[in-house]
Amino acid sequence: MKYALLILGMAVITYGIRSAVFVFGERLSFPPVVRMALNFVPVTVLTAIIVPMTFAPHGGAAELTWRNSQLVAAAVAVVVCAVTRKPLLTIAVSLAVFFVWQMIV
Amino acid sequence: MNSTHQNHQPGNLAEFGAGARDTIPMMVGAAPFGVIFGTLAATGPLHAWSVQLMSLVVFAGSAQFIALGLIAGHASFAVIWATTFIVNLRHVLYSATLAPYVAHLPAHWRWTLGAFMTDEVFAVSYAHYQRRAPGETGPYYFLGSGVSMYVNWQIWTVAGLLFGSAFPGLQSKGLDFAMVATFIAIIVPQLVALRFVAAALAAGVLSFAWNDWPYKLGLLVAVVVGVAVGMLLSTRAKDSTQRPAQRPAQRSAEMERAK
Repeated sequence: MKYALLILGMAVITYGIRSAVFVFGERLSFPPVVRMALNFVPVTVLTAIIVPMTFAPHGGAAELTWRNSQLVAAAVAVVVCAVTRKPLLTIAVSLAVFFVWQMIV
Repeated sequence: MNSTHQNHQPGNLAEFGAGARDTIPMMVGAAPFGVIFGTLAATGPLHAWSVQLMSLVVFAGSAQFIALGLIAGHASFAVIWATTFIVNLRHVLYSATLAPYVAHLPAHWRWTLGAFMTDEVFAVSYAHYQRRAPGETGPYYFLGSGVSMYVNWQIWTVAGLLFGSAFPGLQSKGLDFAMVATFIAIIVPQLVALRFVAAALAAGVLSFAWNDWPYKLGLLVAVVVGVAVGMLLSTRAKDSTQRPAQRPAQRSAEMERAK
């Protein structure tokens, strides 16, 4: 199964990153510029993945309309999360909005 | 568990237990993500056993979610591996921070402990080791935290797989959105300053614009540009006394991340 290769590759990469400093000691140190760059990795990667999924859920052109339930529910998620800072509440409320929206539109 | 065996190995088991106990809040926090991961994965192209294999051998929540997203988008393996590398690179900061507390341990411990390093295990272990002198710390607290987090992740992945296969109807567009919602819940709390907002916006807009590049390369390049935007704004912030000294700034960034 080709996905086993993919997963094992991910495992080797992840383990290597996690263990390198413990095994090789502090000879492996990151220059400040790399540390600064790493601060921005999570937000940028996650955003880059979800923006196309949200704005063009069927691929192709952007669906900038209130009929796009992904977009509407994502906007709700951003607001709920910004106001409450509660991940679970954010996920629950926006999922509910998403399913209700899909039914009525 | 540690009370019955306490007589045999008082220090080690007690330390292991303390690490596990202090990790309980993190385990509760990770549970829904494990379930969502299992559920999402169950409806995707991966077989259940490969999904569990991923939790067993990769054991990295965000990288696993991102891999699912990329697999669904037909990204090439090379792009998924590169993304895994970039996304997990922050763990180097964690192990560098904890290195003084494990440097004196025998090699087999240093080869073992790294495998359990996650955001949560780092946060718990660092809070514990911080109050102790480097060189006096044993591996058991870290191991207790790591193993409990690991077992927790496996259990909730299985739960999600069972849930996902029990409701094959979820397969349609619906569950894609669960991933979007999860990611938003992770992103928004990190948007603590303009530079993070700008980096995210740049990456998002460009990733959309370059969505039709092959192998999801557009996503990778969009991330690189987003990171560059963030760094550019950081250097400016530093110039205007936002970050007075290098060391404390790095510390706080690491702590910010650990939460």
